[in-house]
Formats: sequence, C-alpha cells, structure tokens
Amino acid sequence: MNVPRHWREQIRRYRLVGSKCTDCGRLSFPNRAVCPKCNSRNNENYQYVGRGKIISFTNINSPPKEHKYNLPFAVALIQLMEGPVITAQITDARAEELEIGMEVEMVTRKIMEYNDDGIICYGYKFRPIVEYAHP
Amino acid sequence: MKPNKSVGIIGYGAYVPKYRIQNTEIARVWGNDPNLVPIREKSVPGADEDSVTIAIEIARNAIIRAGIDPSDLRAVWVGSESKPYAVKPTSTIVAEAIAATPFVNAADWEFACKAGSETIQACIAFVGSGMAKYALGIGVDTAQGAPSDALEYTAAAGGAGYIIGNAKESLAIIEASVSYVTDTPDFWRRQHEHYPKHGNRFTGEPSYFKHVLSSSKALMEELGTKPEDYNYAIFHQPNRKFPIEVAKILGFPKEKVLDGLVSPYIGNTYAGSALLGLAAVLDKAKEGDKIFCTSYGSGAGSDSFSLEVTDKLAERKGKAPSVKSYIERREEIDYARYARYRKKIRM
Amino acid sequence: MGDNVAVIGVGLSKVGEHWEKSLRSLAIESIWMAFEDSGIDKVDALYVGNMSSGSFVEQEHLGALIADFAGLGPIPAVKIEAACGSGGAAFIEGYMGIKSGMYDYVLVTGVEKMTDVLPSKTTSILANASDRDYEAFHGVSFVALNALVMKRYMHEFNVKREELSIFPVISHKNAPFSKHAMYRKEISLEAVINSPIIADPLTLMDCAPICDGAASVILCSEKKAREFTDIPILVSGVGIATDTLGVHDRKHITTLSAAVEASKKAYKMAEVTPKDIDIAEIHDAFSIMSALSLEDMGFAKKGQGTKMALEGQHYIGGELPINLYGGLKARGHPVGATGVYQIGELVYSLRGDGRVDAEVGLAENIGGSGATVSVCVLERGD
Repeated sequence: MNVPRHWREQIRRYRLVGSKCTDCGRLSFPNRAVCPKCNSRNNENYQYVGRGKIISFTNINSPPKEHKYNLPFAVALIQLMEGPVITAQITDARAEELEIGMEVEMVTRKIMEYNDDGIICYGYKFRPIVEYAHP
Repeated sequence: MKPNKSVGIIGYGAYVPKYRIQNTEIARVWGNDPNLVPIREKSVPGADEDSVTIAIEIARNAIIRAGIDPSDLRAVWVGSESKPYAVKPTSTIVAEAIAATPFVNAADWEFACKAGSETIQACIAFVGSGMAKYALGIGVDTAQGAPSDALEYTAAAGGAGYIIGNAKESLAIIEASVSYVTDTPDFWRRQHEHYPKHGNRFTGEPSYFKHVLSSSKALMEELGTKPEDYNYAIFHQPNRKFPIEVAKILGFPKEKVLDGLVSPYIGNTYAGSALLGLAAVLDKAKEGDKIFCTSYGSGAGSDSFSLEVTDKLAERKGKAPSVKSYIERREEIDYARYARYRKKIRM
Repeated sequence: MGDNVAVIGVGLSKVGEHWEKSLRSLAIESIWMAFEDSGIDKVDALYVGNMSSGSFVEQEHLGALIADFAGLGPIPAVKIEAACGSGGAAFIEGYMGIKSGMYDYVLVTGVEKMTDVLPSKTTSILANASDRDYEAFHGVSFVALNALVMKRYMHEFNVKREELSIFPVISHKNAPFSKHAMYRKEISLEAVINSPIIADPLTLMDCAPICDGAASVILCSEKKAREFTDIPILVSGVGIATDTLGVHDRKHITTLSAAVEASKKAYKMAEVTPKDIDIAEIHDAFSIMSALSLEDMGFAKKGQGTKMALEGQHYIGGELPINLYGGLKARGHPVGATGVYQIGELVYSLRGDGRVDAEVGLAENIGGSGATVSVCVLERGD
C-alpha cells in the first residue's frame, strides 16, 4: 500500500488532467515534461472534457488481487475527443456490450482498494454515455 | 428560519446507480411472501461505486447546471451514513475531484437519513450570512440493509446535491427552512457494526410521522402558507406508503407527491432520499411553481424547506441527466451478485 | 572499430518449472554448458539479462551473485534490464564489450526464475513492464495489453483471430527437436483456436508460458574465435530501439516502431536486407507479436503478417523458417532469459543442426508491449 505514490497522482486521476505544450499546443495524458512533438519543456496543466471513443477493448478475468473485487471488467484504449489515447477501465458495461467506435464518458470510480483496512484509490473510468431522459 | 440575504438553488445534481434488485428476488432468497414486499425494486451500487463516487457524479451534475467555477465554492458538505472511510472525510475526496480545493470548507455530516438536508440548511446559512458566495450540500448513501431484515427490501443507493447561492442567480429561491429534532432512538448503527438495527413499528408514528408532521407544520405556520399554495410536496421516502400517508395528514393530495416520489422505483436512498425527490420535481417544475420538502432522519429529526421556482430553471435543468435518466438506466441483478457487490459475503 | 564479434559458446538450460532449482543454480548450469561448448573456462566480464529478480525471488545484485557462485572471479558483472527484452539488451552490451576492444571474452547470461511466486503475483510483476501508474494501475495485465493491440489489428486490417492462431502451431512444430524446450510437442490449429479465451481475442494457447530458465553465450573477437573453430558464428549486425512505454501513446497502436528502428540498424550494420535472412527467431510471446514483428522488420506488408505463415512459408523448408527451437511459445518464455535463448538457438541453426542450411539468421527480442526491441543478425563465418 504505497500511500504517497497514489496521493501524488490523485488530481490527474480524479479529474482527468493532463498537460498541454505551451509552444506547439500538443496535448498529453499523462503529463509530459518534454513535448513529444516539438521537444519543448514548456507546458501547463490541461483539463480534458472526459469524452471519447473506444478504439480497442478486452476483458480482464485474472487481475492482481487489489482489482479482484470488481471482476469481471473490461479495459479499453480510449481516444479522447481532444486527441490523446488513454488506457482505462470501462464501467457499467460488460465487454460483450462494447464495440470499437463506441462513445464513452469519464466517471470517477473506485479503481482498487487495499483490503478492507487500506486506502481506496479512486480514478477515471469510462462508461457508455448516459442518455438524457426528460420528464 | 430565514437568512439575512435571500438565497436559492443555483444548480442541482442527482445520481442513481445502474443496478437493480427486485423485491421478489430478495423475498425468494429469504422465503418471504413475494406479495407482501414494500416496493418493486431498489438500486444497488456497482462494485466500484460508493458514497464518494456517487457524490462526485452528483457534484459534477450540479456544477454543470449552476455553470460556476468550482473554485468559487466555499463549502463541500456531504451527508451520509455510508462513508467508505469511518475516519477520513468523504468530502475532501469529492472537493478534490471537482476542483473545489483547497480554499473550501469540507466536512462530512451525519444524521441518518437527514444528513443531506441539514447540509442544505447549513449552506443556506453560510451563503445567507455572506460568508460564502456558493456552497454545495450533498445527501448520498449506499444504504446497508441487513440480510433478511425488513429494511433490506428498500435500503438503496443514490443521492442528490444542491449548490446554494444568491437568490438572483437561483433556479429556485429557498424562502425558509426549519428543523425539528428530539432524541428518539428508532434506528441506529453502533460503531464497527456492518448493519443498522431499528425499532420496527416504533420507527413509524412516534418517529417518522411525529417529526415530519411537526417540522412541516412549523414551517407553514412561520410562512403563513397552506398545502394549497404548493404545486409539489416531497417527504422523506423510506417506502411508498409513508410519504403519501404523511402528505394526506398534512392536507397535500397524492398528485402533488407522486412526481417527487422515487422510492417505488429505486428504494430508499437514505440521506439522498428527500433530496433526490426534490431533484425529480425540479426536473419537471416550471417558473412560479412552489415546492414543499421535508426530510426525516432517525434519531430523530426533520428539516423542512419552502421553495419557489424561477425562470432560470428551464434553461439549466437540461444540462445534466435528469433523475428519470438514471432511473431508466437499469440492469437487473440477482441476489448472488447483489450480495457480492454489497460485500455481504465475508471472506 | 574493432574486429568482428563471434559467438563461441552456447549453454541453454532446459526451460520449465524447476521446483528444485534456484535462480543461481539455473544460471550456473547454463554457464558451465557454455564454457564446455566454447572450450574456454574464464571470461573478462559478465552481463546478466534479467527482468525482475527483485520481485520474483527478492534478489538483486545478480552480476555479483552469479560471478561469485559461478566462480568467475572478481570480474566486472552487471545486470541489464529491459523487461522481456533484457536478454537481447544484455547480449548487445556484451557485443559492445568485445567490439570496443575492452574485453577479450564476455559471458552473457539471461536468467529468470518465475515460478517461486503465485500466478496472481506473476501477473502483477509482469505488468511492471508497462506504465505502472497509467496502465497497470487500471488492472490491465500484460496479456490484456496484447489483447488490446490484437483486437485493434484485427479491426484495422480485417484479420480474423483464427488466422493469427497459426503462429503457435509453427513454433510448436519445431519443438520436438528442441531438447531444452518446455513443451516438446506439436499442436493443431484447432487446439489453438478452441483453447479458452483469456483476454478476448487472445486464447490461452496464443500466450507463451510462465517458466524458469537460463541461457548463456560466450563472445569474443572473430580473430580469437578462429583459434577455436573454422566456422565461427559472427554477429554481423545489432540494433536496439525504444518506443513509448504505454501502448496508448503509440503513433500507431499496431506498429512496433522500435522493431522498425532496431531492424533497420541491424540490417544496415550487417549490410543485409530482409530478403537475405534465411531463418529468424521471432518474439512470439503472443501470436499478435509474431505478425507485427514480421511486418515491422520488413518480411511482410502492414496487415499481412499472417500471409506467409498461412502459406506454410515459416516452417522448415519454407521461405523463412522461424522459431526453430520452439520459439517463446513452445520453448518457454523465462522473460529476462529469452533473448539469450534466441541467440543460442540461432547459433545452433547456423552451425548446422541437420535441419536447415542457413547462412544468415535474425533474432528479435521484445521488451514490454514493444517499448524495447532488439534485433541481432548472425552469420556463419565460413
């Protein structure tokens, strides 16, 4: 249970904050100290909207024990609408319900927990977009 | 009780998890009569959901509707009796996730099922006194129902939250609020226990009814209003029966209660219950509508609120999913999966 | 630059679940075999290829440990780590030791002892090769990362899962001959297709097994090698390159750009083109990696990595026989040792084992999901 290790990533994980190169505008997630496009070291935090589409996905059946409470679950490569691709779990949907190209939205969920007496790590996951129904 | 400055709701958010277990399924497992169950089905949080994650989604929906910068929030208060950590605030996690940190008051509130509504009353005071521009109060629970207990049929998950601000910016002005509290041990959970205990029929007349009625009457008396003045009424909803009955005693016809009555579809979301009903009403209400709302928390007490909808509701309500959106998003699960999700199987 | 570099000794321990053998005993076994094969008995330096001894057996400082227990004396000895590509990376370090003229004889030992921990722990340790904070944190196993790449590959190039199932069949076809292989038997295409799906679309039989093993090779200059043999096996080209650690950051999810880079360097140094390669040891940890490797090293067009395989061109007698000693799939994949096994196997084939008459061979070793790739071209020096 590495408390500081998870703590220092919290804001990025809770809010889906990455970085933007202030010279060429290239977006990254997670944050990058050096721009992969123009090599600039100038960057600022960038808040992603939290929407994207699935570009690949698979099912997880035998994860490390900190993730077992959540079995079975799907993970996906998601291309954010701003461009970067990230790896995340898909929640509220099984792998069988997913397809490449499906639109998803970010939610903050429990990623893992260290037993019943350890810390709980929260972070971004994605789910199929909730349809708005108006009464 | 009225604040010095007039305040109101500038944004609201709701959330109900996707999973449902039918009451007949619970009855099947425990050998109870499926015809005598209190509601149709209740919501169940997913394995990766808890009061923190639910509160975060509620808060985000409220911020979208309010259209404010979260760093302008001076309070993030979460009322719940199902905190993921017994010690360590739920509210700091929520505040961090919605980018309201660090210059914000964050605290967890507890008063059984009225923990949510008392955060709203505190927000009214915090904004009304001029100490805060905006304050966010949330009522949320992933309620624990002991296996085979009567409450297992209704103990559900979900909640709602409200951002309180200046009346001029409000989608609904809060005219006044009162609280009515006594020491009445009708329902409790001791330290280190997994499930609450309750006084069975003692939870009814001397508890729920006495407090809801006293608080509601006191507020209408203070404001000089009558049930006829209101378009909608919401009461804490542990089941389908109690809120309709208490409304009848007060003189609110059933039609004024039904739009805010969500417990038949998702169960009792405890600290989220009355607040979620209020959100369902706001999803439907129009400018000029008057809304009456009374919560109830065991132990025991009630908070009552009188609201009037402004022209700003129409433009803001569609910016986030309605309560109906969440109610209609459902996946039925069996008792085995429910038991696993709710950690009823101890290893 | 110095003289050409040659491999004069090979020692490959049997790969498997070695309940009675420790990391050090496996390493020593392969070192003694390599000494015997080479005809020398001391070296000037040791490079150890190993991915995760610290996690698997809670032992670091492998250079000193192995030098000490193998009786190598007070020589310089260090561990080289590049996940599953550790063996290939260590070999290239050894190559540089000779090429630079720094050392006369260098020993490269790849070793991994994986079976002392429970399978769930193994999954977690292997995931350390990915981005721990932004891949593994989300419960994504190594198998899952490969499944994500495979699903995308199938989608982009309209390839069926069953077409990729041919690669384990090819590797297993050569396994009965391979004395050090973990699984010395052939398997059918149906068996791969019908084996349980563990991370859709990957089946159990698409994946190389978890096992223990150690492999050693001894390097020296060509001039010195000719004192021992008339036909030395020369290292004519090496290349190693890296890519983004996370699969999600790749320019193309379905391209191993490190394989493109590393192979280009190796071909250039060896003055060959893919057409000149007679045989290849491909990093078939997962079937999808075989297809991508063949494409990205220039043996097939993008999206057509299965074509030659389905035509039977990767069996012995075909255009490009691959994985002649079982590959990772049948020989086994003791992660940090694999790259050294591949070099040893290539040496066996080039020396002439009665199955192929090959002059130029290639070994490709992948670290992680493709973040490190090393490519070595070896030639028969006659």
